[in-house]
Amino acid sequence: MAEYSLRTPLAENDTAMLRAGDVVRLTGTIYTARDAAHKRLMDLLDQGSPLPFELKGSVIYYVGPSPAPPGRPIGAAGPTTSYRMDTYAPRLHALGCKASVGKGKRSDAVKQALKDHGAVYFGATGGAGALLSKCITASRVIAFDELGPEAIRELSVVDFPLLVINDSHGGELYVQPDRAAAGLE
Amino acid sequence: MRTLSATHVVDAVAKMCIDSNRILPQDVRARFAECAAGEESPAALEVFRQLTENYELAEKTGLPLCQDTGLAVFFVEMGEELRIEGMNIRQAINEGVRKGYADGFLRKSACDPLTRANTGDNTPAIVHFDIVPGDRLKIAFMAKGGGSENMSRVTMLAPAQGWPGIKKFVIERVAEAGPNPCPPTIVGVGVGGTFDYAPILAKKALLRKLDDVNPDPRLAAMEDELLEALNMLGIGPMGLGGKTTCLGVKIAMSPCHIASLPLAVNIQCHSSRHQEVEL
Repeated sequence: MAEYSLRTPLAENDTAMLRAGDVVRLTGTIYTARDAAHKRLMDLLDQGSPLPFELKGSVIYYVGPSPAPPGRPIGAAGPTTSYRMDTYAPRLHALGCKASVGKGKRSDAVKQALKDHGAVYFGATGGAGALLSKCITASRVIAFDELGPEAIRELSVVDFPLLVINDSHGGELYVQPDRAAAGLE
Repeated sequence: MRTLSATHVVDAVAKMCIDSNRILPQDVRARFAECAAGEESPAALEVFRQLTENYELAEKTGLPLCQDTGLAVFFVEMGEELRIEGMNIRQAINEGVRKGYADGFLRKSACDPLTRANTGDNTPAIVHFDIVPGDRLKIAFMAKGGGSENMSRVTMLAPAQGWPGIKKFVIERVAEAGPNPCPPTIVGVGVGGTFDYAPILAKKALLRKLDDVNPDPRLAAMEDELLEALNMLGIGPMGLGGKTTCLGVKIAMSPCHIASLPLAVNIQCHSSRHQEVEL
């Protein structure tokens, strides 16, 4: 398992070299979007309207941060559970999104999209929202302000700690539960 | 009849909302340390290291432990000889939530189920009331995150399925949830009652401390047996593999209909944030 420092936007060879289990420190600009924002993005795509950020090479972070207290760029900002974005992710990968950041399992359709479009799925530590916010140096709402915590934010991150959960070659880091050992089978 | 000003309730509730979201309970911290000591996998150890650094940082900076500061869930025991002055008890609790979530820079996560429009102040709170003898007011608060709540289930087993059926359902639920609810989790199990009551039992069980022992020896044995089985799943911290899939199992039981065996599994993430106050 290798360790890499990467910068956004991610290029084809950035994601191609990554394997499940690799540690990545990500620096640059990433975009937040969760359930409601994804639905809005799909609506824009359906209408043929431009998106609020460039999808090509982008990294989308599934997060709804807590409000920024005075003197800080953002509140706690850890990942939300990713499967809720599974219906939207393949379309975004097809349009050039290179990675998503969340926690938890992805669908087979998403894993296939990662392979088809040379993208990866990163995990960040769920429930470590205070710790992860230390790596975010700036935050600015760029779309759907009315969605509150679900608005799309442009985040500047420095050495944001990520783990490759699903790579673009079909590899996966999550272990399968041992049902037999737990007495199920 | 004792009279209590609603402003005391508002302030106490606001404080609990803020403190719970910043300060991880001591029993959870201690369990992290115990479980980390038993782990060998570097990934599992790294998760425990980050979670430890996270609670230390949250306490120091006042940032919430997790950005999901939860729906506000309350269990209230109100003495029969107590009267709240200025607001009714439900209003006072909601006012406290409003204040706490605003003043503490906590995320407002309550929304309309269909339009998904945010209510803007994290109300309405989910409040379970109990009327008890005396003139005291006991309020337990839990900040319940959505990720682990989504992995929770309720089912109606056949009485013939008994304990083996209960055990199988709980293990299968935790196995299927895998990395999604932020393991290592705490599993609240409600057995009996009715379709609506079993999940309340399960949720209330999550208010117990991790290091307490169920006073009912039968339930204590069931909790131990389930915890051991769940940790054999090998899901581990964050689903990265390891010996710690669950930090604890808490079971509550109540008599049920002769035709039924209601069962609820309420999953709590490792960020188990709850507090209790007596006024």
